[in-house]
Amino acid sequence: MTKMAIGKSESLEKGSGKWDMIIGPHRNLFDLRLRELWQARDLIVLFVRRDFVSVYKQTILGPLWYLIQPLLTTITFTVIFGNIAKLPTDGLPQFLFYMSGTVIWTYFASCLTKTSETFVNNANLFGKVYFPRLAVPISILISNLIAFTIQFGFFLAFMGYFALQGTQIHPNWWMLFTPVLLLMMAGLGLGFGIIVSSVTTKYRDLRFLVQFGAQLLMYITPVIYPMSSISHKYQVLIQFNPMSSVVETFRYAFLGAGTVDLRQLAYSFGVMLVVIIIGVVMFNRVEATFMDTV
Amino acid sequence: MSDPVIIAENVSKAYRLGQFGSGTLTTDLKVWWAKVRGKPNPLLKIGQEELDGETLWALRDVSFSVERGMVLGIIGRNGAGKSTILKILSRVTAPTSGLVKVKGRIASLLEVGTGFHPELTGRENIYLNGAILGMKKVEVDSKFDEILDFSEVEQFIDTPVKRYSSGMYVRLAFAVAAHLDPEILVVDEVLAVGDAEFQKKCLGKMGAVAGEGRTVLFVSHNMSSILRLTRESIVLEKGHLVMRASSAEAVDYYLSGGNPEAGERTWEDDEIPAEAAPFRPIALRLRDQAGKIVDTVRSTEAFKIEMEYSLAAPVTGLRIGIYISTARGESVLTSFDTDDQKRFEKHGSRPAGHYVSGCVMPPDFLNGGRYTLGVNASSYRVRRYFMDEQALAFNVDTSGAPGMQWSENRPGVLRPRLEWKIETK
Repeated sequence: MTKMAIGKSESLEKGSGKWDMIIGPHRNLFDLRLRELWQARDLIVLFVRRDFVSVYKQTILGPLWYLIQPLLTTITFTVIFGNIAKLPTDGLPQFLFYMSGTVIWTYFASCLTKTSETFVNNANLFGKVYFPRLAVPISILISNLIAFTIQFGFFLAFMGYFALQGTQIHPNWWMLFTPVLLLMMAGLGLGFGIIVSSVTTKYRDLRFLVQFGAQLLMYITPVIYPMSSISHKYQVLIQFNPMSSVVETFRYAFLGAGTVDLRQLAYSFGVMLVVIIIGVVMFNRVEATFMDTV
Repeated sequence: MSDPVIIAENVSKAYRLGQFGSGTLTTDLKVWWAKVRGKPNPLLKIGQEELDGETLWALRDVSFSVERGMVLGIIGRNGAGKSTILKILSRVTAPTSGLVKVKGRIASLLEVGTGFHPELTGRENIYLNGAILGMKKVEVDSKFDEILDFSEVEQFIDTPVKRYSSGMYVRLAFAVAAHLDPEILVVDEVLAVGDAEFQKKCLGKMGAVAGEGRTVLFVSHNMSSILRLTRESIVLEKGHLVMRASSAEAVDYYLSGGNPEAGERTWEDDEIPAEAAPFRPIALRLRDQAGKIVDTVRSTEAFKIEMEYSLAAPVTGLRIGIYISTARGESVLTSFDTDDQKRFEKHGSRPAGHYVSGCVMPPDFLNGGRYTLGVNASSYRVRRYFMDEQALAFNVDTSGAPGMQWSENRPGVLRPRLEWKIETK
């Protein structure tokens, strides 16, 4: 058993049977030391703060970038996919359709790409001092959640604006399901991200692959097109992607167009659990010795 | 009462030599595919042997325990495994086999400034750095004023640290580390960068921590610091723990150890840091008047110090230096082979080749006792190629020296034969 006690009272106890920390070659595959992670919660909060504060320092527009990014993407999508390619949008205003896709996809994609760089970007820090390494990817999920919340609020504002203009949108009770959708996206992003991160300690190729892969993945997710516009043959392929049901459900919940398929959601949830378990186990294994390989 | 806070049991650490694969997936797949088909590894040059499976044991079955409140020195030459022990203790890397059991929090003074973010203010960095080092927010809260006091940067505490001078930066970073209050403190002087002042501060803090009855592990190349700060030490040699004894004994063993032939120190490839190139030390020798290699010289006779080395490429401004220090670390002298202006003009630039720089120490010069001889190769203000401050130890025997008719101990490092005149007035 491995544990690290911070409190002094414990370590001052005499008697040689009591060890705060046992360092051995391999730990149990499933000894994830969540307790240690819990004790590092102050650290996680500070990492989040650091990321939030440092990103937009020395930029003129500062946190406004959180709004500009999705806005520009949405406008681009509206022009290219809506006006030029004339993709269908399930009868929704193009702007809202693409914005809903962009906002939710951005959260997943940034969780994935940022956590996938955990080891490579923090090699210097990890090489000098120990703390539960999972604190880094978890803080990334939280930082991105803050960004998502801002962008989500922005999206709601546009929704309100369109509703006032008399556009037919039908938000429904599935909105209450949003936290679960967020959890699923965070889980999928984290799981895939830390798998990639663990493998990149040895193979740097994957770093480039993940950027590209995230973009490709977007095209087999109903972000720029609705599920209904896809022929039956290809729907299977898209449903195989665990992110598809998340995006569809989100859009259905807030805009009332699209589909909610409980079986699909259950499938995505299952994939998420499997990916997280594999990811955390791999991460824990790499964590012990990765300093010898970078 | 025996109360161990660290117990290491048969700790070994293996590193695979060379590269791990090729670092890219595609080439690794090629190698793997070649293996599957029974073809030779396409990455290897023709005639090259397969290196796969060759490992370097940085530590081999090292066992020791450290009692609460003890200051333990860890000595060994480069590559002996000192840093690996520290890395395992600080959990940066895991041992290949064996176990280490620890009671209490371990902190290391080489983590100074780790995780500082240049865009954050001094205040934010104190909290962040504290948390990285394992402090909770409430702990930092309660020590914040002390840390601020210690760092002497109150005025700038809300300025991003990227605007700090390097001195302020180090002071702030050190202030956080110094207030971590660990039960076990690890100090690696070899890696402790910073100016002399800062190193002194580190050592001072270490002494204070030890004085409070906490446990300290101290790694150093400097034998005088080891002797001053520790009472007991372990000696590592090529990954093995070869000795644990009082520091005086351990230092003595270290200084004379590793040299099968006393009076001569030779360097093997794995002891020469890569950054020494093109300079390559071969041997440092001590010869008596007859030219014999000795580890004890007579105070009354001249002796010769010679440094043999080779240069793989021409070097300009090269100077080979020797240092003589007492066993307690006080410097006796420093001298360079091109101290003489004419000789510097002649040998300042040396073509690639094999050289011996030698000098003669005059008779009636050093007092009796034990001394260490260090060597250095550098180009003034350009680069230091190589440095081994304690390459060799030797004894000076005072038989026949002035004043030996009195058997008392004579203080001082020099034992000159002075021309005394006694006049009657």
